[in-house]
Amino acid sequence: MYQHNRLTTNNFNFFSKLANFDYVLMACILLLGAISLATMYSTDGGKILFHTKSHFTKLIVFTIMMLIFSFINIKFWFSIGYFFYIIIIGLLIWTYLFGIKSSGSQRWIDLYFINLQPSELMKICIILCLAKYFHRMKLENVNSLYAILSSLIIILLPMGLVIVQPDLGTSLLISISGLAVLWFAGINHKYFIYTMIGFLISLPFIISFLKPYQKLRVLTFLNPDRDPLGAGYQIIQSKIAVGSGGIFGKGFLKGTQSYLEFLPEKHTDFIFTLFSEEFGFIGSVFLLLIYAIIIYRIVAIGAQSRSYFAKLFCYSFAASIFVYITINMSMVLGLLPIVGSPLPIMSYGGSSMLATMIGFGIVMSAKVHNQQSIA
Amino acid sequence: MINSSSDNVKKLNSINRRMFITGSVKFFIMIGLVSRLFFLQVKENKKYLTLSDKNRIREWKLAPVRGEFHDYFGNVIAGNFEAYQLHIIPEQVEDFRYVIYRIKDLLELSDKEFKRIIKKKNEIKSWETLIVSDNLSWKKFSKINNHLYDLNGVKPVISISRNYPFGSNFTHVIGYVSQANEQDIENNEAIKKNFVPGLKIGKVGLEKSFEKQLIGSNDIERYEVNAYGRRISQLEFQKGEKGKSLRLTVDTKVQQLSNELLKDQAGSICVMDIYTGEVIAMHSSPSFDPNLFVFGISQDDWQIIRNDPMKPLVNKTLQGNYSPGSTIKPIVALSALENGIINTNFTVNCRGHKHPLELYGQTYHCWKKQGHGFMNLRNAMKQSCDTYFYEIARKLGVDRLSETAKKFGLGKEVFGNLFNIEKKGLIPSTQWKKNALGQSWVLGETLITGIGQGYIQTTPIQLCLMTAQIANGGYKIYPKIVMDDENKVSPIDKFTPLYKNSKNIKIVQDAMFASTNEVRGTSYRSRIDDPKYQFAGKTGTAQVKKITERDRELDLKTFQIPYEERDHALYIAYGPYKNPRYAVSILVEHGGNGSTTAAPMAKKLFKTIIDRHQLRESINNKKYLDI
Repeated sequence: MYQHNRLTTNNFNFFSKLANFDYVLMACILLLGAISLATMYSTDGGKILFHTKSHFTKLIVFTIMMLIFSFINIKFWFSIGYFFYIIIIGLLIWTYLFGIKSSGSQRWIDLYFINLQPSELMKICIILCLAKYFHRMKLENVNSLYAILSSLIIILLPMGLVIVQPDLGTSLLISISGLAVLWFAGINHKYFIYTMIGFLISLPFIISFLKPYQKLRVLTFLNPDRDPLGAGYQIIQSKIAVGSGGIFGKGFLKGTQSYLEFLPEKHTDFIFTLFSEEFGFIGSVFLLLIYAIIIYRIVAIGAQSRSYFAKLFCYSFAASIFVYITINMSMVLGLLPIVGSPLPIMSYGGSSMLATMIGFGIVMSAKVHNQQSIA
Repeated sequence: MINSSSDNVKKLNSINRRMFITGSVKFFIMIGLVSRLFFLQVKENKKYLTLSDKNRIREWKLAPVRGEFHDYFGNVIAGNFEAYQLHIIPEQVEDFRYVIYRIKDLLELSDKEFKRIIKKKNEIKSWETLIVSDNLSWKKFSKINNHLYDLNGVKPVISISRNYPFGSNFTHVIGYVSQANEQDIENNEAIKKNFVPGLKIGKVGLEKSFEKQLIGSNDIERYEVNAYGRRISQLEFQKGEKGKSLRLTVDTKVQQLSNELLKDQAGSICVMDIYTGEVIAMHSSPSFDPNLFVFGISQDDWQIIRNDPMKPLVNKTLQGNYSPGSTIKPIVALSALENGIINTNFTVNCRGHKHPLELYGQTYHCWKKQGHGFMNLRNAMKQSCDTYFYEIARKLGVDRLSETAKKFGLGKEVFGNLFNIEKKGLIPSTQWKKNALGQSWVLGETLITGIGQGYIQTTPIQLCLMTAQIANGGYKIYPKIVMDDENKVSPIDKFTPLYKNSKNIKIVQDAMFASTNEVRGTSYRSRIDDPKYQFAGKTGTAQVKKITERDRELDLKTFQIPYEERDHALYIAYGPYKNPRYAVSILVEHGGNGSTTAAPMAKKLFKTIIDRHQLRESINNKKYLDI
């Protein structure tokens, strides 16, 4: 039976792969791409300017890349798990040593045709790496000291490299992606609860170690009105934009908050604010719905997958995407302090989109090859 | 194999269980996000919509157009003119350095002015308006217009500003406007409401008193702005209202004549209608050009005005407390008659400087060295015999005198609170001295009060009111300078008699007539014989320092005494005598003698005033005909 499966899977041809393709997920991703493009067009003030063009190009290139990835056997993705991780670690070290400095942090490396942010790629890479690590492990071994320690090292190493950039937000997101894998791999839930309690207790100490601007963000979150034109400006303006959108929104290209430049970072982290201002409550819920369908489809693909690796990857990836969306939206809606975290696909930024699209590609590959088992 | 497959099953069970938990958590978090969106966008929508509008909509107020002042005949005495200004919006200028140097050449700006402009430019944002010049001459303005082709971004602007066409003539009546400072904004609600940078408001005089009516309301422009305050588009323009124009009772011709008469002298002239209380002219000399203040007075001009020994900044008509001198005598006489102290036949012998009146060792001299001899009331007034008035004042007592004086308008503000600078003057009484100085009244002080010296102080406008009320037969009037002043409640005691016996008023009037129109009268030389212009008056010469024995021996002429020590010359009069209508008070600071300095001015004044009487009446009649 085992052999038989292996034989049949090897005989996948292009058309059967195409038939296995998840069109719902694909449609949602394309719809999301279209929405993000329209929103980007709006941030450019209703003109096709740099951001729109660039976003469009990336969207096309990365979508094609995703399609190619989805036809590559899931076994391949399994096999490159560690290698990919080591490459990205190498890039992070490279970033630390020779990266491009911009506005006080060193996050990018110059690849001549594109400026790459390896930390964004690490978000997807760490899932791949840990999923591979736990794939063959027996459940009783998962909670062994050795397994926990080595997986923690796998998480902490890139975290450390990203923190020194400094980029607290991305490093937290990496750790959340990693922890998601640990959670699904079956590490005793007590450890998670203890870690959570320990984290809450040590929170005041952590805050005291934060950089002044980070402390300010926390304080501003607790009370945005303490400095409405300074640190609190972003969150106040963001809430005004969302709140003034109302049920139906101000209309496409009519968001005064963004058009008149009251919104900060409207291309990247605060893009949801602009969308929400122009399309209102209904538009926002619609967008959330698309994300929800995407996440649901990823989970469903995981559930249908034969291999444990694919399951682990899909579940963790879905959880990570969900966390990114939640953190980004909570931030712009004033529910969390401001941490740099982009909204997947919607936000401007090549590396983030690349990472997300790689993730989608692997998920799609898992779907296409859902009968494939990995030894 | 079985082992591994059972492990696989366990693993699958574990991961699926955990996925279920995660899925539920995700579901609730999603609901949380949606409810947050609902809260912000649906429930709190109004609040954020207002905040968003507050963000993007900004109002710009433009300076309101100030109401004008007209004289009695409708001539504009404080109006508005189109000021030619030059504005630059720095960001619209390609090469600011070139343009600003070009302008410097064209306008012939001094280095100091140029530096000030550069400094101002650095203080404002690049899209804000830089006012290079706020009041250009037409010549320079047209020069700029001719060179506009290479002055990109330079805007010649015509804006409305205050103008006083009669220059210094009305300064002490209407005051002047200048830029509002913080204190003005603080103290006046109307200014606060309409304030825009550069707003000009009344600083003194009627311009200040009637600020509320004059100021008008702003034009309001609503603009959509971006986060940096740059205007994106105009949403609305709301036209403001021009301030209310005020018509004054003043006759420009008479006012100008007053200015001419007091040329190069310090003093005051007031003319009043004795029935209506309308102030025909009210001038304080020297005056200054209020136009200087409109765009901010230059340091040099300010120093000239401030350091002038004749004190142009002081409104002598309202603020000047002077000893009335002999001009108080009609009131003293009236008071004595009213109180039955004397009758017309009461006689006093004035024996000159060799035999002065003596009281408790103090001597009281008449002004005339040789003495007047036996004087009755009419003669004493006519020749202004001090000895006579010492005597009746002594008999009358200061309290009864002050009662009459106060009745006739001395000792309190003539215009109420219309001018906040107006002084009360001082009518002394025994009670007053006890309260103010803590001393008992001395009889000698009554004597000198009887000739308008000592504690007694009056302002020229008070003397004018007093004269008017004697001239109209002793009836109370309320002076006014603004026609149809809506703030003013018409007083109920208007035209109530101020006398006990109208015969007494007649006696005083007759004595004043004698003083001007009969031989030996102190102002006989200034009389007009034509009954049409004939007037009655009383001279006054107020000492500014006590006359010592030495002075009396020297007996210097006015021009031999240093300016500051010369007597003030006063004159009060009313006319025409047969059918009186106008009262006049004249004061010339350090003018020497009332009869030689002040009285001749009255002669010229009455000619003009009475000539213009018909015209003034016809304006009134016409007003009714129009309706």
